[in-house]
Amino acid sequence: MFSAFMTNAWVIATIVAILAGVVGFFVVLRGSAFPAHAIPNGAFAGAAAANLLGLNTLLGLAVFSVLAALGIGRLGRRGRHDVVTALALVMMLALGALFLSRTTEYEPAIYSLLFGEVLGVSTTELLPVAGLAAASIAAIFVLYRPLVLSSIIPEIAEARGVRNHRMEIAFLVVLAVATATTVPVVGALLIFSLLIGPPAAARSFTDRPPLAILLSIAIALVTVWAAIASSYASNWPIGFFVGVFGAFAYGIGRTWAAWRRTRTFAPFSAR
Amino acid sequence: MHFIFESGFFSSQPVRVALTIGGVVAFVSAVVGVFTVVRGQSFAGHTLTDVSTAGGSGAFLAGMSPLLGFVGFGIVGAGAMDLIGVQRVRGRDLATGVVLGAATGIAALFLYFDTTSRATTGATQQILFGSIFTIDPGEITVVVAFGAVSLAVIAVIYRPLLLASISPDIAAARGVPIRAVGLGFMLALAVSVGLSSLAIGSILSTALLIGPAATALRITRRVGRAVIAAIVIGVATTWVGVLLAYDSYYWSAGHNAYPVSFFVVAVIFLAYLASGLPAIGTRTPGMPSVAP
Repeated sequence: MFSAFMTNAWVIATIVAILAGVVGFFVVLRGSAFPAHAIPNGAFAGAAAANLLGLNTLLGLAVFSVLAALGIGRLGRRGRHDVVTALALVMMLALGALFLSRTTEYEPAIYSLLFGEVLGVSTTELLPVAGLAAASIAAIFVLYRPLVLSSIIPEIAEARGVRNHRMEIAFLVVLAVATATTVPVVGALLIFSLLIGPPAAARSFTDRPPLAILLSIAIALVTVWAAIASSYASNWPIGFFVGVFGAFAYGIGRTWAAWRRTRTFAPFSAR
Repeated sequence: MHFIFESGFFSSQPVRVALTIGGVVAFVSAVVGVFTVVRGQSFAGHTLTDVSTAGGSGAFLAGMSPLLGFVGFGIVGAGAMDLIGVQRVRGRDLATGVVLGAATGIAALFLYFDTTSRATTGATQQILFGSIFTIDPGEITVVVAFGAVSLAVIAVIYRPLLLASISPDIAAARGVPIRAVGLGFMLALAVSVGLSSLAIGSILSTALLIGPAATALRITRRVGRAVIAAIVIGVATTWVGVLLAYDSYYWSAGHNAYPVSFFVVAVIFLAYLASGLPAIGTRTPGMPSVAP
């Protein structure tokens, strides 16, 4: 399980978990679960296009997910946000299907792009992934204060000179870069579980953002490590374990929150 | 005429099945979709499609018709989402997202078994992206029956649903059982999503649900008219998609037809974009108001 060819899998999964823990916290805080689900699907189309044209997969992923993020941000200004997100999402998926239907390796390619392929990571792929992950986390760090403010109380943020719409676009772009980094590892459909499950669980335990981010990283790490170990032991796809463990973590968080609510009767601490 | 309708379009059995099933499915999806958009439940609708992905791949594994899996899992998923609270606005996206994540995980496992243990290629592609030309003609009866159930539920709860969707507060004040109406709607939604999953694939079925309805609601604000407009748009776009896919067989010398679901989704997406063109210049950000 810790043999040489597995080392890269552990390293890359750790990077992905830290990234998802940080970015996911803001996804949960801002209630951007739907865009967080849609952008990875844009990335799927990008990977398929790169596959078809013989380009670098990471490039295709990055270009398409940033385009998806900007498209959702732009179209969302007019018209309904959730509707735009839904339509952009299926359009991207359909494009991905189209691109893949032009190649010979249709079926396995679809499967690994949607559901992940953590065991096939090569050492040369590690460096760009680590670089993009570091860039995303650095961007979140720089934007930290205005981002938290505009996520929690947008009205006050606006009054203090934070441009909420710009903040939204900036966050979507960070989300897109983070997504492009992670899709080849856990797949377009399952990066979403990692972006939602651990941070949502973390928020059930604490309301303080820095603490919640750390907790969210910790839960994401445990989820991913447990998923790799289970996947290795059972030979089942890693995506299954990520999805189920993520939901399980959320379940524990909800149970904890409910239990705490019954113990403390102070109306203001109960949420 | 041969330029638009390539030879054999109307005499081909798979095309006739595709047009029939596509028409019925688009009709049902459009009606349910209008309420989904008005209620702001696009994400819930999309989540049900991923839940039904798990169902479809599970049914495939068991050797059953994917349709039963799509609809069965969809109904269970709708119940689960109601239980963990997608009705409340606060935390709704999170609860929905968690169901979505768990469902895709299970779908990953079933699809993995489909492709490895049963040694049948094409399962992933067929479940996720659909293939309306290969549907067994015998399925038409089942599709029509499920469609009728979904429409019947909507017809029964039409007035309270409309009121609860547009202004939940007034509905509650008038004694409308909001929770029960919401649950009934989720059931109709689950059945409709199962049908569209069969037609254009489970992860693309959101297009049929949301696309025509959102386009119609941009054209008219009255829900009753929007339902009719959505039906027309949905059926027309689906048929155009089927036609283009059939014709695409003749576009290249290699006779390598493009996937039909791509065309359906692309036509729906273009229709939505086109419906927004007249509104450019008159900025109406956020949610458009709707009237009964």
